[in-house]
Amino acid sequence: MTVAVADPMLPQRYRVTHAQRLLDDTVSLRLTPQDGELPSWQPGQFNMLYAFGVGESAISISGADDNGFEHTVRAVGAVSRAIAALQVGDSIGLRGPFGSAWPVTAAEGADVVFVAGGLGLAPLRPAIEAVLQQRERYGRVVLRVGARRPQDLLFPEALERWRLARDVDIDVSVDHADTQWRGHVGVVTTLIAGARFDPHESIAMVCGPDVMMRFCARSLHDEGVADDRIYLSMERNMKCAIGLCGHCQFGPSFICKDGPVMRYDTIADRLNVREL
Amino acid sequence: MRSDTETPRAAARITRVALQALIDALIARGYAVIGPTVRDGAIVYDQLSTTAELPAGWTDEQAPGRYRLQRRDDDALFGFAVGPHSWKRYLHPPMETLWTARSSADGFDFSAAPSPTEKYAFLGVRACELQAIAIQDRVFQHDRFRDTAYAARRDNALIVAVHCAQPASTCFCSSMQSGPKARGAFDLALTELLDAERHDFLVEVGSPAGAELLDSLAAAEATRADLDAADAVIAQAERRMGRTIDSSVFRERLRDRAEHPRWTEVADRCLSCGNCTMVCPTCFCTTVEDHTDLSGAQAERVRKWDSCFTMEFSYIHGGSVRQSTGARYRQWMTHKLSSWVDQFGSSGCVGCGRCIAWCPVGIDIAAEATAICADTPPTPGATP
Repeated sequence: MTVAVADPMLPQRYRVTHAQRLLDDTVSLRLTPQDGELPSWQPGQFNMLYAFGVGESAISISGADDNGFEHTVRAVGAVSRAIAALQVGDSIGLRGPFGSAWPVTAAEGADVVFVAGGLGLAPLRPAIEAVLQQRERYGRVVLRVGARRPQDLLFPEALERWRLARDVDIDVSVDHADTQWRGHVGVVTTLIAGARFDPHESIAMVCGPDVMMRFCARSLHDEGVADDRIYLSMERNMKCAIGLCGHCQFGPSFICKDGPVMRYDTIADRLNVREL
Repeated sequence: MRSDTETPRAAARITRVALQALIDALIARGYAVIGPTVRDGAIVYDQLSTTAELPAGWTDEQAPGRYRLQRRDDDALFGFAVGPHSWKRYLHPPMETLWTARSSADGFDFSAAPSPTEKYAFLGVRACELQAIAIQDRVFQHDRFRDTAYAARRDNALIVAVHCAQPASTCFCSSMQSGPKARGAFDLALTELLDAERHDFLVEVGSPAGAELLDSLAAAEATRADLDAADAVIAQAERRMGRTIDSSVFRERLRDRAEHPRWTEVADRCLSCGNCTMVCPTCFCTTVEDHTDLSGAQAERVRKWDSCFTMEFSYIHGGSVRQSTGARYRQWMTHKLSSWVDQFGSSGCVGCGRCIAWCPVGIDIAAEATAICADTPPTPGATP
């Protein structure tokens, strides 16, 4: 099916209506359309954000309300630095949303296991919120979060709010602890084995660096979660987000339109091929 | 508008002189006629207004890493295979402005680039190139998202194919089921009939626009002898095909042999220059560049051809996914011959041989794919 979009390459104008510094190099922006309504979206999808004159970057949607999208941006390159430096009232270009979504509805009735590494908590956040909003529709809900250092932990207030919400099993691990840290130290993968969920009745959603997702998927598999019930959010270079520029290819898949959320059983072989 | 089915053999015959009338008729109908011409020691495509600009009496001698023009002993206008250009430079231009933006009181305003108005008539489209255009049609027009600029240029284009009489040693269109006989969607298809007595063209019609054009020319009805002569041209081209490969195993075996040691052997020779992707008539990858003017008030986004052989192509924060030349060559060839089938329902290769001739070190996609896909799989445990 060919989508009849007027011009999917042309950004729409959005305004920064809220900006919050989360970490030294990471901000959260709420972006409100300057013309027309917020387009419909699903947790797991991403937008292409354009800083005037600098360039465009694919950034996952970390939340939304009636007024706009929330995007969490780490300043790592020229474009993300320019986006992270935007102030309330500034304009930004936005194309999207694009891509596949987390299986939030498909997971109803099942235990849900979320595993996030670093900034990977941002794309998972709207899925977590959606599950918690209809908590009664799901079985056990498990969230495992990994961060480099305690001060790098994303969304600490949200984590606290989720922890106080009904029946959510949250655990956090850091790679490098400080003297104040009382939690786990080590890779987040190690927190999967101890979690209480029914592996045969679970859906797992994993987001983080490639290597972290590969090990997490393997751990979940070893715990007994079927490969077709494990979902990963992949990341590749993207220029167009509509399958025409070729940059995001991962074997036969275009991450922009076949992903970013992909079922593990469809990509497990490819994840083991270096430099694919 | 064009029929995709093979046209009936209700063919006409025009003389070499009438070919000028065809060009004139196209120009009169508002077309920019693009065809082959000799420049800088190669046969390239450019805008033409007379048959005198066609490469009369020239042919191209091609081999891995080699392309040379040679004099023919006749005056054939289309007596060559293919040069470094392909029609994608017109339908999918190397550089294209996508939009402009101007800062305003309200932040900034975007303006889409105007829809293309170019009206091209392509003269001398080979069978392999018809297939290449059909492949890019599937990428840009028939996938989930449609490239509206490509679609506009494509809708406006008129195609005069010329059945290939002169495959190069690098050609393997027969193996890719794309030639030498043009079977795709053309408006007119010519066969050059040239011997001691005559220099004519058999003309087949593939669309109403083609029929209308032919009506305007001084055409004679083709005789049985003309049709037989045209068939003979294609039959001898088939016999002279440079190489034959079994492409049926590529899809599965290239996918499954990502760790084949041959990838690193190729990488030892590959310069990672991207020539193969630039001359390939189906390679469609692009990058974008964002510019501003000196005042910073006006910005634009430009799309440019890109190559999967660059390090930047796969860059994500922290580094490029495909660091090694072997991984980049593997991406190019596996995409072309294997994953393209998964993505767009056909191979991405048409067997034109351009990537073989224009590779500075003569890497031969047919030979490499055949080696990697050999019936004997690589030694287990061999590292890439």
